[in-house]
Amino acid sequence: MLNIQNLNAGYGEMPILRAINITIAQGEIVSVVGSNGAGKSTLLKAISGIIKSSGTITYNHESLHALAAHTIVKRGVVHVPEGRKIFPEMTVLENLMMGGYLHQKDRQTNLERVFTLFPKLAERRNQLGGTMSGGEQQMLAIGRGLMGNPKLLLLDEPSMGLSPLFTEVVFGAINTINSSGVTVLLVEQNVYQSLKISHRGYVIETGSIVLTGTGEELLNNKDVKKAFLGM
Amino acid sequence: MLLFLQALLSGTLTGGVYALAGIGMSLVFGVMNISNFAHGDLMMLGMYFAYFAFTLLHIDPYVSLVLIMPTAFLFGFLMEKVFISRVIHHPHQNQILLTVGLGLIMSNTALLVFTSDPKILTTTYSSSAFNLPGGIYLSVPLVISFLITCGITAILSLFLLKTRTGMALRATSQNREAAQLMGINVAKMSGIAFGIGTALAATAGALIAPTYYIHPLAGHSFLLKAFTICVLGGLGSVAGAGVGGLIIGVVEAMSSTYISSDWKDVVVFVLFLAVLLLRPQGLFGKKGEQ
Repeated sequence: MLNIQNLNAGYGEMPILRAINITIAQGEIVSVVGSNGAGKSTLLKAISGIIKSSGTITYNHESLHALAAHTIVKRGVVHVPEGRKIFPEMTVLENLMMGGYLHQKDRQTNLERVFTLFPKLAERRNQLGGTMSGGEQQMLAIGRGLMGNPKLLLLDEPSMGLSPLFTEVVFGAINTINSSGVTVLLVEQNVYQSLKISHRGYVIETGSIVLTGTGEELLNNKDVKKAFLGM
Repeated sequence: MLLFLQALLSGTLTGGVYALAGIGMSLVFGVMNISNFAHGDLMMLGMYFAYFAFTLLHIDPYVSLVLIMPTAFLFGFLMEKVFISRVIHHPHQNQILLTVGLGLIMSNTALLVFTSDPKILTTTYSSSAFNLPGGIYLSVPLVISFLITCGITAILSLFLLKTRTGMALRATSQNREAAQLMGINVAKMSGIAFGIGTALAATAGALIAPTYYIHPLAGHSFLLKAFTICVLGGLGSVAGAGVGGLIIGVVEAMSSTYISSDWKDVVVFVLFLAVLLLRPQGLFGKKGEQ
């Protein structure tokens, strides 16, 4: 579904990603794990067209490189950014409507789908986004992403700063979303939780992929255990 | 008491038009994070447009808004595409240089073409006034301007709150990157915002044309007012700019009445400095916003 070959990207003169190769098949949850500053967010920004990159990114046999960010969304590649980035002065409902900006016709069905997944958002529909807690904002950010009819959902650190309870809710939701047929690329610092729900994973270190395998293989890998799980 | 009421009402009426200019500037700042220092000169062009529509085509200045608004929108939209879009990701000082430069080109072209002789747009109702009970006079052109301003502000608010494009503009202003990820073409939104900002500036110019001297450099004092209004209301806040405009209008009228009309600009800028000192985020801005 998504095929990334020899991807280099960075900000201005500063290179962050070096020769990244990643493939994602339809229906998978793939996670990219690594420490802070390894280039995880940069990878997702390069895919969704927020920053420029070199190399090839092919999505369903089409190169994403020549496309603007707002066109890439149209193809079904939806990016839920790091730090939620919800619209603080819009209500929950308005935030969700912005998520469905390109899909006005499916709005009602998508809205019901989001409210079933996160009933809390239905309760809070008229509350301003900026006044919600971090965990609620994360649900809103994911819900807003789902309003965009994703085929491939890019999730950037969805568990960042969340309580253990909300972390459970978010990872549970990712599983549910995936079982409904959405392919997921998950970027996380929470290595254990994300590898546990992933079909496959990549370990990224200072801008390069250093290790890859199934979620279970990586969880049992000696280096992963030592570097990330403190075992 | 009579004097006070008179100053309050006249100030409110003038403030309404200032508010329109301030709202335009604030919208541009909110969506694009650019301070448009050509805003006053765009107002000046609106004044001349109304003047020539009146003297050459015999169109009433308030009716000429029907022509001015779409023309100015298009002018602003193109100006954004050709010039402003090039500096949108650049540091503020580059943006300021560009918009100040564009403003200078406009005002100096106006000096060349229209000469430095001030023009006066005299309609049949220019100096007539509504006579309220209690001895208060309200200038007819100011009342009409105020009502038109209220109408335009109401339409703009509905547009921003209810329409798909209006919501996309608000989303872009609240988080540009996230707006892009929703599939919003933020470059197009910048063009629309700048077009609306220009249309509002030109409209404000046309609305004050019957009550002010029309001069190529008239824009400069209005730029300072519009900027003060934006800072007062909180940069980027459309509602704040509306209230800020009314405050500036009333403060000006009060200081002309009770101190001297020579001092009204001084009072306005003292207020401006006081806001910067005590509440730099503006009356309606939130702490921590740029």
